[in-house]
Amino acid sequence: MQKLLLLGDEAIAQGAVDAGISGVYAYPGTPSTEITEYIQGLKQAKEDNIRSFWSANEKTAMESAIGMSYAGKRALVCMKHVGLNVAADAFINSAITGANGGLVVLSADDPSMHSSQNEQDSRFYGKFAQIPTLEPSNQQEAYNMTRYGFELSEKYGVPVMLRITTRLAHSRAGVERTKPKAQNKMRLPSDPKQYILLPAIARKQYNSLLGKQIAFEQDSFESGNNLYIDGTDKSKGIIACGIAYNYLIENFENQKVPYPVVKISQYPVPRELINKLCESVSEVFVLEDGYPIIEELLRGMLNKGKKVRGRLDGTVPRAGELNPKIVAQALGLEFSEGFDIPEVLTGRPPKLCDGCSHTDSFLALNEALKTYSKGRVFSDIGCYTLSALKPLEAINSCVDMGASITMAIGASDAGLIPSVAAIGDSTFTHSGITGLLDAVNNNSPITILIMDNSTTGMTGGQKSSALGKVDDIVKGVGVSEKHIRVIKPLRRTHEENVKVFEEELKYEGVSVIIARRECIQTMARRMKEIARLKREKEQVNS
Amino acid sequence: MKKDIILSGVGGQGILTIAATIGTASLMEGLQLKQAEVHGMSQRGGDVQSHLRLSSEPIASDLIPEGKADMIISVEPLESLRYFNMLNTKTGWLVTSMNPFNNIADYPPLESVLNEIWKLPRYVTIDAEQVAKDQGSIKAANIVVLGAASLFLELKYESLQKAIEQMFAKKGKDMVTLNLKALKAGREYAEKKT
Repeated sequence: MQKLLLLGDEAIAQGAVDAGISGVYAYPGTPSTEITEYIQGLKQAKEDNIRSFWSANEKTAMESAIGMSYAGKRALVCMKHVGLNVAADAFINSAITGANGGLVVLSADDPSMHSSQNEQDSRFYGKFAQIPTLEPSNQQEAYNMTRYGFELSEKYGVPVMLRITTRLAHSRAGVERTKPKAQNKMRLPSDPKQYILLPAIARKQYNSLLGKQIAFEQDSFESGNNLYIDGTDKSKGIIACGIAYNYLIENFENQKVPYPVVKISQYPVPRELINKLCESVSEVFVLEDGYPIIEELLRGMLNKGKKVRGRLDGTVPRAGELNPKIVAQALGLEFSEGFDIPEVLTGRPPKLCDGCSHTDSFLALNEALKTYSKGRVFSDIGCYTLSALKPLEAINSCVDMGASITMAIGASDAGLIPSVAAIGDSTFTHSGITGLLDAVNNNSPITILIMDNSTTGMTGGQKSSALGKVDDIVKGVGVSEKHIRVIKPLRRTHEENVKVFEEELKYEGVSVIIARRECIQTMARRMKEIARLKREKEQVNS
Repeated sequence: MKKDIILSGVGGQGILTIAATIGTASLMEGLQLKQAEVHGMSQRGGDVQSHLRLSSEPIASDLIPEGKADMIISVEPLESLRYFNMLNTKTGWLVTSMNPFNNIADYPPLESVLNEIWKLPRYVTIDAEQVAKDQGSIKAANIVVLGAASLFLELKYESLQKAIEQMFAKKGKDMVTLNLKALKAGREYAEKKT
């Protein structure tokens, strides 16, 4: 079949489609967004009726995927690493219910935090749930292992985790496809009680999961995803996980690595391979793009065995993503250096676009808050988090999706009155609604700014689950209509907007100010699309 | 054949278009390639870069090792400085636009930025916006820079032309013509200067 030039994300998407999925479920999140977008744009997926529209959050996505698997069809669910925290309840329990149709859970980690608030390692979650985890090292493996993941899932009747990092997600290379597989027909589980996790059944199911652990490890040993590559120089042995393997190979410029190497791409790690390595070499170097998971297991609590080198002893930096130079330094290899970076260079942090509606919202809020002491604006996750930087410096927190409203509740309970929450429309429907319900039930003296730019902006303008629904949701949750105010954030409406903020800040109950103006990037794309359609129509007519 | 290229600029300046053009041309010539891009937060007016690796042999790492880049292609002069550490000190070329993208408060004096570039042993600096304007539109400034860089790419010029035709076809004939002219003008500038 033809070779395609694909991002790691796209290779996973194509792999899933060719593996015969009937649906992909996801909430956008860098670096995982392009997987679902690729399937949404794929002709083959439309023809095969693969459902692919965005879910409200990662938990709803995960649960919908479990439902599809229950009904016997294959489902892919995608999220960024912190999204897995949101989906964790469903995810961990899906290991207990098991899978009927193939179920692959993709989690895209972001070491070095290019676009995230932490660099947690999803392999921990794979181990926590006690399910097989795959970690491809390149785009072709991403395609192959996605397909393998579905096979594995159906073979053992468990969900399978697929873990990648930003670098693979957002790097392109040629990928060769293999013959697509047909979708499953609907077929409910043979045991009608399998998915009822009442304690008595859950205990049985959990024992069944535990019973499969040896088979999982044996599969890791036999699948070909983990390799023992012998070397003549036994002074060092190297364990390279996922993409770290590429950085190792790069340092030998495609020549054979002189040391024995274990390449890891499937977990649980086969002890047989690790033992073989440890028996034959003087010290073991562990290269992992993420947390020192294998390294920690090898060292053990007392670190009295074979000498293990990696992130824990400072051989590799404790935090941040790997690269060829870090690996060279760790192994004591020669490495090149370029020119010095000139001192005149200054930083160029990201910022809100010129003309962004959030800027006008925060200018008004900042002015209305002038008479109060500082430190009362709890923000959330989205483009508007950039208002933390100069010149706006408008917010005081950003923790997790939806935390703005609930943190404002707690702070106002502690006496910080008024407290303000600032949240976008997509984040509001992701995780803000339940927090708003708490605020209403608590009658919290907080002012909630919902910045409705009618899109999921930060990740590139995906359709927001909140589109056209924010006012009704706020009303439905029980906020008094008198204190639901809709403003249009613009320079010319600044004075009247400041007044609205001032009035609502004074009110000692829940008020919601909805600042509604479309994201300028989304609008520009929409206009371009309209122009394109018009051009096409004119061409047909002429 | 092996070319490791750092592309740099500010979010929205079109470095991914340059990357895609070179990538398409390389595929036509049967080369292998890997291209690491930046998506997400940094695209909002922040610095962006892409690692583009071309080779007739398999490529291991998605990232170019420090000091190993054969070229830096930059659509913004200050941004080119950010990757000096990536450039091969013995053979590397820097090709950059001289037009500053000034969206930060502490942008250094342009002269001091250019002076740093002019200290390098191998560089081409080009007023890409002016050259693009002369060809019909400032929009094609990124392709002007690509044209100047094409002299050192070891790809057939015709492959780049074909890649541009393919990539801009969706945007209409005028855009194809404009960008082909921009490519040529950039190329001719570099030929004269080196």
